[in-house]
Amino acid sequence: MSAMDSTLLRPRLLGRATVNVVVAISALYTLLPVLWLLLAASKSRDALFSSSILSFSDFSLVQNLKDLFAMDGGLYGRWYGNSLLYAVLGAALGALISIGCGYAFDKYHFRHKEKLFGLVLAAVMVPQTVLALPLYLIASETGVVNTFWSVFIPVLFNPFGVYLGRIFAQGYVPDEVLEAARVDGAGELTTYVRVSLRMLGPGLVTVFLFQLTAIWNNFFLPMVMLSNQDLYPVSLGLYQWNSQASVSPEYYPVVITGSLLAVLPLILAFVLLQRFWRSGLTAGAVK
Amino acid sequence: MTATAHVRTAQAAPPQAADVSRRKAQRSAQRRRNGAAGVLMAPFFLLLLLVFLIPVGTAVWLSFFSDDQPGLGFGPERTVFVGLRSYAAVVTDPTFLSGLGTVGLYCVIYIPLMVIGSLALALLLDSGVVRLRSWAQLGLFLPHAVPGIIAALIWLYLYTPGISPVIEALGKADITVDFLGLHTTLPSIVNIALWSNLGYNMVVFYAALQAVPREVLEASVVDGAGPVRTALQVKAPLVRSSIVMVAMFTLIWALQLFTEPMLLHQSSQMINTRFSPSMYIYDAAFSRNNYSLAAAASVILLIITIAISYGVTRWTNRVEKAEEHAR
Repeated sequence: MSAMDSTLLRPRLLGRATVNVVVAISALYTLLPVLWLLLAASKSRDALFSSSILSFSDFSLVQNLKDLFAMDGGLYGRWYGNSLLYAVLGAALGALISIGCGYAFDKYHFRHKEKLFGLVLAAVMVPQTVLALPLYLIASETGVVNTFWSVFIPVLFNPFGVYLGRIFAQGYVPDEVLEAARVDGAGELTTYVRVSLRMLGPGLVTVFLFQLTAIWNNFFLPMVMLSNQDLYPVSLGLYQWNSQASVSPEYYPVVITGSLLAVLPLILAFVLLQRFWRSGLTAGAVK
Repeated sequence: MTATAHVRTAQAAPPQAADVSRRKAQRSAQRRRNGAAGVLMAPFFLLLLLVFLIPVGTAVWLSFFSDDQPGLGFGPERTVFVGLRSYAAVVTDPTFLSGLGTVGLYCVIYIPLMVIGSLALALLLDSGVVRLRSWAQLGLFLPHAVPGIIAALIWLYLYTPGISPVIEALGKADITVDFLGLHTTLPSIVNIALWSNLGYNMVVFYAALQAVPREVLEASVVDGAGPVRTALQVKAPLVRSSIVMVAMFTLIWALQLFTEPMLLHQSSQMINTRFSPSMYIYDAAFSRNNYSLAAAASVILLIITIAISYGVTRWTNRVEKAEEHAR
């Protein structure tokens, strides 16, 4: 592609420069706020409000980190652990559930299949905020409100993962493989676990990553469900601390440092699993 | 998305074999397959029932009932059927309508900016003249890894005088901007959303552009089209299905606008607790404890979302059909 572009579609030098400048400015727009967060997290509270952001005279990242984990009896560490638990466990279990269902949609024939799939697609479109109040009332009735489960169970539901799972099953698992396994007398579920799931590996990782991001971002649902601070995820905890910052400014540095730490796991996941999510985006975009 | 749903409707032909024992074996194989499909699908559909169908049903039910206290509020509370009264209350509530208007305006500004911006960046990256392409892509994608509430926090600080280096730099050039003023709040929120999602959608478009067959591009070069014309008249129309998908998901997310204004509300007088329909629902349900009002507002938001999504799908299908006829 690029070889062809450079030989056949060679644009004029001026155009080339303009394109690079536009892309560079866009990249600065996306990168600079993150860089600001990094620099601000290394400033003490006084320096944050007074000195220039680029001066390194007052480097207090370590002190900020100590303050962060000591604030309000170490609540932040607790929140971080909760977020990891909700996101990693929820995304792993949710991805398995969605991929299994998408696989069944592709490989098996049963009545009203396309109507059921239509229902799954409809669920993709329904805004989360619409479901929050009824979910809260149901959780209150069943007594799970303000527990781990009130946040954990709803985040497992990922209809878009089912849609992706069906596309991945279509692309990665040839029907001939299943026929061969059937001729060998292998059970359907054994084949799924031993053969198909392995072929679906990249798809599984993609759905996991999408769901990990969604759960780590989750804010509305925990806000509705949880009143016990010990169960908060990082997002809700930082929101809470930020609301206190206008009254007691000692919260500003911990909110900034806490935000920086909360960004790290997803960046790490995206960089490590780059190969997979790129293929997943392709599957989602190109039918 | 619906196209894939309709392609694979062909059912397996019913077995025609006369041999009874073979038919029996086939029937038991079919039973085993149905069993496997059931096991694989049961967990998801259990979740669908628990956290989707029952809640939607509950919201609809709640919207038709209300807690009434007979006898000037001294009698025992009871739940009575009120029909469409809650809906009437919502659609005549000026704060709900203004929230709806705010989100409408937000969509009108945000969606074209997002779609055009991310598509333009993808086309630029796909033109093959960008240096350090994969680094540029990773940099543009980075904000997607920043949770929405933290993106809002970062920008809130960048909008806050005294902390923000942006305001300081502008101040040195004798420009004073109040990013959270009367007319700047909405653009400030659009900026946060744009920053968060631009790179993600760019990668979606870029992936779709990679799938454009190179013969098509070669043909356009032979026809004498320059790089700009190739991008706008050949490449962009070929990724139309991705454009529709990105626009649709952006719209669905935009209609739920909640996280950013909720956080900015902590610092700005310009954002009230009923700034968007989602904030209205939250306020009605958890500040005013008026469940039927909140449920009615939820159902209205749901209907608007489904109607727009359905309309967009129908419209694009019709356009595609019309173009096929024209060919």
